[in-house]
Order: sequence, then structure tokens, then C-alpha cells
Amino acid sequence: MTLKYKVNNLCCANCAAKMERSINKLKGVKEANLSFMSMRLTVDAEAGTSEEELDRQIEKIVKKVESKCSLTKI
Amino acid sequence: MLLNKNLSMKKDIIKCALSALLMAGGFVSEIFFPYIPYLSMALFVISYLIVGIEVLIVAFSGIFRGNFMNETFLMTIATVGALVIGEYAEAVGVMLFYNIGEMFQEYSVNKSRKSISALMEICPEKANLIMEGEIKEIPAEEVKEGDILLVKPGERFPVDSVITSGETSIDRSALTGESLPRSVKAGDEILSGEINLNGTVHVKALKEAKESAAAKILEMTENASERKSKSEKFITRFSAVYTPLVVILAVLLAAIPPLLIEGQDFSTWIYRALSFLVVSCPCALVISVPLSFFAAIGRSSREGILVKGGTAIESLSKVSRVVFDKTGTLTKGKFEVSRIKPAAGISEAELLHKAALLECNSSHPIALSVMKAYGKAIENMENLNHKEIAGKGVMLEYENKVMLAGNLKLLKDYDVTGTENVSEAEAEGTVVYIAEDGKYLGLIEVSDTLKQDSTEAVNSLKKENILTYMLTGDSKISAQKMAEKLGISEVKSELLPGDKLSALESIMKDNKEAMKTAFVGDGINDAPSIALSDVGIAMGALGSDAAVEASDVVLVDDKPSKILTAIKLARKTMVIVKENIVFALGVKFLVLLLIALGLGNMWFAIFADVGVSVLAILNSMRMLIAKSK
Repeated sequence: MTLKYKVNNLCCANCAAKMERSINKLKGVKEANLSFMSMRLTVDAEAGTSEEELDRQIEKIVKKVESKCSLTKI
Repeated sequence: MLLNKNLSMKKDIIKCALSALLMAGGFVSEIFFPYIPYLSMALFVISYLIVGIEVLIVAFSGIFRGNFMNETFLMTIATVGALVIGEYAEAVGVMLFYNIGEMFQEYSVNKSRKSISALMEICPEKANLIMEGEIKEIPAEEVKEGDILLVKPGERFPVDSVITSGETSIDRSALTGESLPRSVKAGDEILSGEINLNGTVHVKALKEAKESAAAKILEMTENASERKSKSEKFITRFSAVYTPLVVILAVLLAAIPPLLIEGQDFSTWIYRALSFLVVSCPCALVISVPLSFFAAIGRSSREGILVKGGTAIESLSKVSRVVFDKTGTLTKGKFEVSRIKPAAGISEAELLHKAALLECNSSHPIALSVMKAYGKAIENMENLNHKEIAGKGVMLEYENKVMLAGNLKLLKDYDVTGTENVSEAEAEGTVVYIAEDGKYLGLIEVSDTLKQDSTEAVNSLKKENILTYMLTGDSKISAQKMAEKLGISEVKSELLPGDKLSALESIMKDNKEAMKTAFVGDGINDAPSIALSDVGIAMGALGSDAAVEASDVVLVDDKPSKILTAIKLARKTMVIVKENIVFALGVKFLVLLLIALGLGNMWFAIFADVGVSVLAILNSMRMLIAKSK
């Protein structure tokens, strides 16, 4: 299962790296990839993981690292 | 959105300018009015708050969210610390230059994001559908295969299509970087995103919008930044340990020397520790590496080279062998008359006319190319009575003469004279021998022609010490001939489709460990080789989907000479990335060392830190304007 998001207002590269690391540690996430320049986040999740739960967790991480960032699903 | 950004940028500039002014005032009053109590201090503090208040707010709100190790927090500690120990000017300086650095970062990131998204405006939104004689404007997504569309001058072609009537010239620079307009007429294929320059044309849609070239290019470029290179991954891992490490060192620096070494006071070492925090953000590195790759992807796509991510750039820069599939890659994949050699006393036109008489009824590719070279229709074609002779050729009785076109066996069967000096060995393609009434008239050779820039492509690769190979199913003689003409280093001929893969494999195995092998192909049957190679290069946005899918690099306009351009841009990118890594790390460690030894102060730290960031970013942005040659 691949989920794609756009992280709006992402303007700190180090924060992007932090978000990526934290999202990679989430349960059910096989691999997460956040491109700072294109602001696109791709999450490869294990089958059977709750999508809503993952959306919620990811949003939480994004907000924690950089509060002015927001997440939209694509 | 844009307006907003400009506005906030302006606000930041005003803030920094005001703060700098007050800071200057602080210095002036320190020197000229030292007797006025607290004047300079007050000026410094106000100046500090003007630039620093936002950072402080972000830092504190971060703390409440449990986010400590971020740069705003560390900057806050460093500057508030400096204020506490009475270093007012330093506190302002650090905060001011930190802000300027951030501003510059944001500006350059936005600029390169914008330059890439401008590139992406190649997908047209509307199409003019012609239905029952009426023209209706519809969204481009609603165009279906087979629809007839009207495209006016100045409009972009909404989908991949073929011209049914009218002629015009088109600008395809957005897709391929080719700036010369191309003239097109009925029957020519057009890619979506190309611009119609001067004529109104009717086209038939070949694909839907989302399957068309522009949409595919867009998707590929958008996905490109997701495939991260080793250097990007290294930077991400490095940044994870760098900040905590510097912070721990800072704490140790503040505590241990004054406790262990006699006569060392806390304030000196706390000052050094605070200076450490100023360089605790790995920003220069973290930002400049992805920025370099991103700029490189954007720069390449302006040349019609679509690179699928940082990994591909990294591999491209190390290519030392390029393996070409022959048909459709080095050659056009279309048969054309390449040689007309009449016997003594016969003119070329005469020979071609006779050949056309013989071949006019056949749909064989060779017959078609003869007819194309002849360029005219044969009169009374229906009344001609051709007789096919299987495996040998064709016979025609025309104006009481027996005419023949076929291989040498056929001519022998009819006891044709004058063939003594004719040999098959010099042929590169397929040869048709023509005879009339037992007399040899000459030969016509039909072969797949080389692309215009194939020779140049191979030669320029060789100049860079890159070995070139050609894989083909053709006979040894004809393959060798073509290889000589091109200057290909090594050719593997008479390969069955399945053999190509193992031929490629042995070339790859042979290559030096650290070097990469690229494979260039265009068709579905090339997809496995493209996937197997270190760098798979697919030709043509209109090439087979499987080939494009499996590839790392797509050349939109089919030109093999773009391979070297791609390699050169990749090499330049890697040089920039390495420069940035070495430079940024080197400066950071040097600064930390000098501060620990007491040889540098906080001013030095902030200048070095912001300076490295700015220089590394400028260096990355160089890629956007890099020359392709």
C-alpha cells in the first residue's frame, strides 16, 4: 500500500529529514520518503495498516517538527 | 500565495535592516557615549528582539510540543546565554545573521522550486473538439482516442495525436530543449505539450491526455525526487547524529574544563559552549545536497533528458560503458533506399523506374522503400501482371520483355548475363538485383539508415574514454560495417532476442567494479536489458511504455547524442555535491576546533555557519544554469 502526501510550507531541510526519520519509525511503515524540494511524501505501508490511523500519526509528526506545515493527501 | 510570500519576504528584510541599524547604533553608543548608562545595551536588546522574537516564539512553542533538538531552540539557548553573560552585541549578531541565512535559504529554495514548476506548465487544459461540424471546447482530460480536434496557432497540442489536415510548424522546446521549429503536415505525429506556431490544423487523438507525453513527463519529473541518491541518504543519517553530538560536546565543554583544570573559569567555557550551539545546525549540508539534485533534474529536463531521481544521476556520472541496441536507437528503424548502383550504360533514374515497375504491387517493406525513393505512381498498375517467385523475388512481363527483381539466385535461374562483377559482400542492407531480357541492369540496396547524430554520439563518448558497444540481430558482415562507420568499439551480432540480455550481462561483468554500464534501447524487447543495466536509457517519450517504465533516464527526442549530455550534467552534479559535502563538513569541524581552543568567537561562528550555507546553496544553484556541453 502506497500513500502519497504533500507537505505544504515545508521550508527547512533539516526538519524534512527529521520528519522522514520519525515517519519511518511508525508502526506499519515499510519505507517513508520525503523529498524536501518537491515537498512530496511517499509512504510504503504494510498491507492491513489502517490508513486513517497512519494519516493521523503522520500529520502529528509533521506538526510537531514544524508547526506551520500542513499535510494534504494526493 | 505568491503575493503573500513576497510580502513576508519584504517584512523580513525590513526587520533585518531595522535590527542592523539599531545594532550599529549600539556599537556607536558603546564607543562614543560609554558614559550614558545602559544606552548601548538597550539598543542591542531592542535590536535583538526585533529579529529574534519570532525565533523565540517558535522555540518555546516547540518545547511545549516536546521538540527540543531543533535549530530555533538551540539558537535561543546560544543567544539568551550570550545575553546572560553580557555579550549583547554577539547575541544580536548571531540572531541577525541567522535570520539573514534563513531568508536566503527560503528565497533560493522557492526560486528553484518555481523554476521547476514553470517547466511543468506543459500540460494544456483545454481542447477544441470537432463534432458533427461544430467546434466545442472541452477539458483536455475528456478527449478520447480517435477524437478529431482543432488546434489553432499559439495553442499547445492537448494530447498525443496525428495531423489529419493542414500544415504548420511546431515548437517542441518545452519537451526536448530543441529550439528550432519543426514543420509538420498531414500524417505527422505530434506530442502533447508541443506548441502550434502558425497554422490551424486538424488532428486525430492517438491517446488520452493522461497517457500522453506531457502528462508522462510531468509525472516522471515529479516522482524523480523520491528516488534518493546515496549522498542524500548519507546526509539524512549524518544530520541525525550531528546536532545531538554538537550539543553534547557543548555541554561537556562548558562543564569539564573548568572543573578539571585549575584556574579556568566557567564564563570562558560557557561562552565557547554557546558558540558551539551556533554551528549545531547541519543546514548547509541538508539543504544543498537535495537542492543540487533537484536543480540537476530540472536542468536536464530542459534538454529533453528526464532523469528519474538522484540515484540515476549518481550512476550516470560513473558510466564507463554504453551499450546500444541497434535498430531504433542508432538507426531510424525505418528502411530506405541507401544505394543505387546501375550497370554500365544505365542511368540511376532508369534503374529506379524499372525497379518501381517490378515492386509496385508488393507491400513488402523493401518494395515500399523502393516506391518511396521512386516518388511517383506507376500508371496502369492494375494491368501489370507480376509473378512472385517465393524466396527469390518477382518477375514481370512488360512490353514483351521479361523483367526480374530479386536475389542473385533468381538472376541465375533466368541465365542473366553481366553479373560477373557483382558481389554480395559489400552490402550493408538488403540488396535487390534488377535484370531485363537476360541482361543485368544494376542493384538497389535498401537499409535501415543511421540517425543523423549517431556517429557524433559515438565519437563524443569515445573522446570521454567511454567504451561503446552495439547489440544487433543483424548478420556479422552488415553489423561490422555499420560499427565501423559509427566508430563503435565492439559489436555483438547475430543475436537472438534472448541473447541480448546475456551479451549485456557479460559486458557489465567485465566492467570495472566502481564503474557503471548504461544500456540504450527503445522497444518493448529492450525493457529487460534496460532493467538489468546499471543505467537504463529509454529513447523517446513515444517509445514503448515498458521501456520507459523500466528506465532510469528517458531521452524525449530520440537523439543518441543526448546520452553524453546526460552523463556530463550528472558528472557536474556530483562534483557540486561533493564540493558541498567536503566544504561544509570541513568548515564546520574547523570552526568547532578553533572555538574549543579559544581561537574563535561567536562572531566567527555565525559568519562561518551562514557563510557556508550561502556558498553551498549558490554552488548548488549553479546546476540550474550549467552548460550542457
